[in-house]
Amino acid sequence: MTPRARPLLAAALLAALLAAAGAAPAQTSTADGIAQYRALLADGNPADLWEAKGEALWKQKRGPKNASLEACDLGRGPGVVKGAFVALPRFFADTGRVQDLESRLLTCLQAQQGFDAAAIAATPFGQGEQLNIESLVTYIAAESRGMTFELPQAHAEERRMFEAGKKIFFFRGGPYDFACASCHGETGKRIRLQDLPNLTANPGDGVGIAAWPAYRVSSGELWSMQRRLNDCYRQQRFPYPGYASDATIALGVYMGVQARGAASVAPAIKR
Amino acid sequence: MNNISRLKKFTTAGAVGLVAACTSAPNPQDSDRLAQQIIQSSFREQGIAKLDRLTQDDLQKACSAETPPPESVARQLEAAQLATVQWPKDGAWLGDWREGEKLAQNGRGGTWSDPAGVPAGGNCYNCHQITPTEISFGTIGPSLYQYGKLRGVANPADPASQAVVRYTWGKLWNAKAYNACSGMPRFGDKGVLTPAQIRDLMALLLDPQSPVNAR
Repeated sequence: MTPRARPLLAAALLAALLAAAGAAPAQTSTADGIAQYRALLADGNPADLWEAKGEALWKQKRGPKNASLEACDLGRGPGVVKGAFVALPRFFADTGRVQDLESRLLTCLQAQQGFDAAAIAATPFGQGEQLNIESLVTYIAAESRGMTFELPQAHAEERRMFEAGKKIFFFRGGPYDFACASCHGETGKRIRLQDLPNLTANPGDGVGIAAWPAYRVSSGELWSMQRRLNDCYRQQRFPYPGYASDATIALGVYMGVQARGAASVAPAIKR
Repeated sequence: MNNISRLKKFTTAGAVGLVAACTSAPNPQDSDRLAQQIIQSSFREQGIAKLDRLTQDDLQKACSAETPPPESVARQLEAAQLATVQWPKDGAWLGDWREGEKLAQNGRGGTWSDPAGVPAGGNCYNCHQITPTEISFGTIGPSLYQYGKLRGVANPADPASQAVVRYTWGKLWNAKAYNACSGMPRFGDKGVLTPAQIRDLMALLLDPQSPVNAR
């Protein structure tokens, strides 16, 4: 099945399940219906396609320097992909910054392959080189599937970014007074039918940071964590967070450290 | 020490690691400064979402910590918010519950992808159960099913119902007047909804004919 055919099927499945659930079911039966819907969807995750493309891209010679990304250091040494995802964001001595997966990829795309990192950061999601980043993050995340999150906090900058990330998580602003914590500060809550992970504590295996990048059935798209955070801020009625900006990286540190010990299922499949 | 052995040290000597991390934790002023710096440098305006949205008012500042402000501060904030409420001048509290239901369903408005000048919805079902037939409702806020009925509002025009009617208007206009750090937006005060829209939401919650209250 093509990725494009999936959203239609998914909508039909959801409609059927909700119809079967009756006019006014209790909350639990609604949740059961949704869980059943997800189980049906998980039987073959289209993210596999992005993963395969990402692996090819990692090894392919590209860009003005006609080089592969195999010398890229994601934190475990040049070229080491396995285990990198579950220890990001982290401090990198060569840039002197704490970086998440995507800001680090920008560094590598520029340093190894000669691409213009600023131009890629300014490219809208789902276009141009951003499409390749979708695949790269899917491949890199998949290489850590089943591994547990263990973000390093040994460097002072990593601890500073954790504390800043926590403040940003609780920062209320905009016309609706929303913060990240407005939706993700309590356990067992929903927006409409969508379960919300509590990100102020460890949300558990395969939830929150341990799920993204993910294939979104509703749009037939692969969303990286940067895109996930970007759309959170849109719905928070905030201005637009820069791609790989420090606010998004600090939030990544906050979520990643909280998730210590949680097993990664990324790339997950979402509604 | 390489990073792997550093990680191992953290996991095998967790208690020691925690103590070490705490003693060298950044001080709160430094974290505040850094967070502010990062917020100011990370966003750009897009569509209707301008950068002034990052400038917090007193209430937003007081409600941006992991823990809520002290009781005394919360009461002061609530009093200040209550003073912002504009009560209906003509005594017309309730509009049309059918329009209110449409508003409750409508989650549009306020985002950078919303065009300027399009009236916002109320977003109500995102967080609340309201009518019994809409099963796609959120749970961040309390259930509002049978809102008027449970509060004994048989006739909203009856003086006996006045306290509930008035509170409901105030809550919709400025939820923070009754709970300083409530998760609910200040719909009237922030100009998200018009008085006419709030009247329609009032009807959805309080009109005995509304599916919220009708059996």
